[in-house]
Amino acid sequence: MVEDPAMTDVRKSTFAHRLSPDQIGAQPAHHPIIIVGAGPVGLTAALDLATKGRRSVVIDRKANLSDGSRAICWSKRTLEVMDRLGVARALLARGVTWRTGKVFFDTRAIYEFDLLPESDHRMPAFINLQQYYFEHACIEAAANTGLIDVRWQEEVQGLDITNDGVVLTIATPDGVYRLAADWVIAADGARSSMRRLMGLGFEGRVFQDQFLICDIKMRMERPIERWFWFDPPFNRGRSALLHAQADDVWRLDFQVGDEADRNEEVKPENVARRVRAMLGEDVDFTFEWISLYRFQSRRLRRFRHGRVFFVGDAAHQMSPFGARGGNSGVEDADNLVWKLDLVMRGLAPERLLDSYDAERIPAADENLLNTTRSTDFIAPKSAASRMFRDGVLALAETEPFARRLVNSGRLSTAACYDASPLNGPDGFAADECVQARPGAAALDTPVDGGWLLRRLGGGFSGVWFRPDGGIPEIVAHVEAALARRAVPVNSLAIASREAIGVRYGAECRPAYYLFRPDAHVAARWRHPVPEAVAAALDRAIAIS
Amino acid sequence: MPLQRNANSKDPDGLYAAIIAAHAGLSDADSAALNARLVLLLANHIGDESVLREALSVARKSISK
Repeated sequence: MVEDPAMTDVRKSTFAHRLSPDQIGAQPAHHPIIIVGAGPVGLTAALDLATKGRRSVVIDRKANLSDGSRAICWSKRTLEVMDRLGVARALLARGVTWRTGKVFFDTRAIYEFDLLPESDHRMPAFINLQQYYFEHACIEAAANTGLIDVRWQEEVQGLDITNDGVVLTIATPDGVYRLAADWVIAADGARSSMRRLMGLGFEGRVFQDQFLICDIKMRMERPIERWFWFDPPFNRGRSALLHAQADDVWRLDFQVGDEADRNEEVKPENVARRVRAMLGEDVDFTFEWISLYRFQSRRLRRFRHGRVFFVGDAAHQMSPFGARGGNSGVEDADNLVWKLDLVMRGLAPERLLDSYDAERIPAADENLLNTTRSTDFIAPKSAASRMFRDGVLALAETEPFARRLVNSGRLSTAACYDASPLNGPDGFAADECVQARPGAAALDTPVDGGWLLRRLGGGFSGVWFRPDGGIPEIVAHVEAALARRAVPVNSLAIASREAIGVRYGAECRPAYYLFRPDAHVAARWRHPVPEAVAAALDRAIAIS
Repeated sequence: MPLQRNANSKDPDGLYAAIIAAHAGLSDADSAALNARLVLLLANHIGDESVLREALSVARKSISK
């Protein structure tokens, strides 16, 4: 086959250490924000800060992109965030889109699911794309902003927390230097140096069962679907997964048990035997990446530590079944950056930053709960648990209720911040249009030849959804009240027919929504009152 | 009323997790005993013998397959 040179280059590219002027002075140079870690989450934070006009320095100990595919499934919500940051087009162009999953028990197909059964969504439910391509797209976008200074081969070696900032000691191939920052975002992954240097430990469970992950390159005519096997003939008593990625790379995942010999399992000849047992003796493939892992289900007790914020795997680690690691990290960054920006601009009190914990810790717990349940179903921990699991699988062929219990990973969807202190009133009746309740992420819908999320942009928005086309006078009073606040609010009136009306409960009656900069619903009303909407805006930035 | 064969709970994963958690730390024999008692309790709760017979039949068929 003909290789696209751009594709092979991405993985081979190495980034030299560049001696920064910061490294020459006697006093530590000062930067408002330093991000530790140039993975998908750190880069998302840097790009989001750049949309607010903010500079950041990103340091990373590596000299290259992610070595293996690692995170491969990017959710609709992640794609929506990346669209706001101007990167979604590159991700969609390279990624493979999928929405169908199939589950097999022994040799029988027992269950099939469609992740996005309704139309009128701009982004697909998921794309699969190797982590190094995701990072590559972000790095190219970062260079275009002119605001992001990525420093490769630099590792945090020490830190001093002062009253008004943090001083990092950084080791580089050209010696050690120090950098001062007002705020630090620790996005340095599962083996976070920042976490270790601050003496912070994870709380939670480590599972004993081992999983062998490998990426292979092969030309194979098969549908772009997620296939999951329980107890297949080629991995008896255990599970396996097959998933497509870009440029004919496929992710294979084999449960190998807790007794398996680590060194033996990862030998290419042994992995090749597994691959041929799964895909046929005549399959023609090459290895891209082989790794063995155990599930973790753990998080930091708190994600904010004064002027240091932990995001992504540095804050929480979970089983990969459900694609909740990378996607929840992107949501962490999306949640944090607008708050940090408003506090730095003096438009919101510093306590707004505590809501990062109040919102993202419950989100992490939900992700941990879901991934732990999937893990318990995929690798039952007791004879009783296995008997129930096998019972569900046996019944699933004929019983619809049992299909709903088959758990090969509950795939990542946007978190809803139900218990957030930032949420304002819900003026809807109980159980009415719950998908757009305060705390929920806005559902994208077509509007006036465009899309709602694009219209919302990256700031606060007050939206009058009107099925009949009229704009009552009170809306002008609401807008006037909001205009008296320091935080800018984008006012929109949108005709709410069809999909948009249904998604926001405004197909028959009008409604007014206040959206946050991360496109979560802050509050909503049937009959907005200027004072109430202005108070909800204050609440959403922790003023009251 | 016939046996409900479609999902009948708002949180099926939570329901399943509660059952598995109830077995934590039990020996295989005690797990089997717990299951028997659970079936008796739920059978009494359902009350309707025709529903129970239908459930027994579906379960039994799935065993002998």
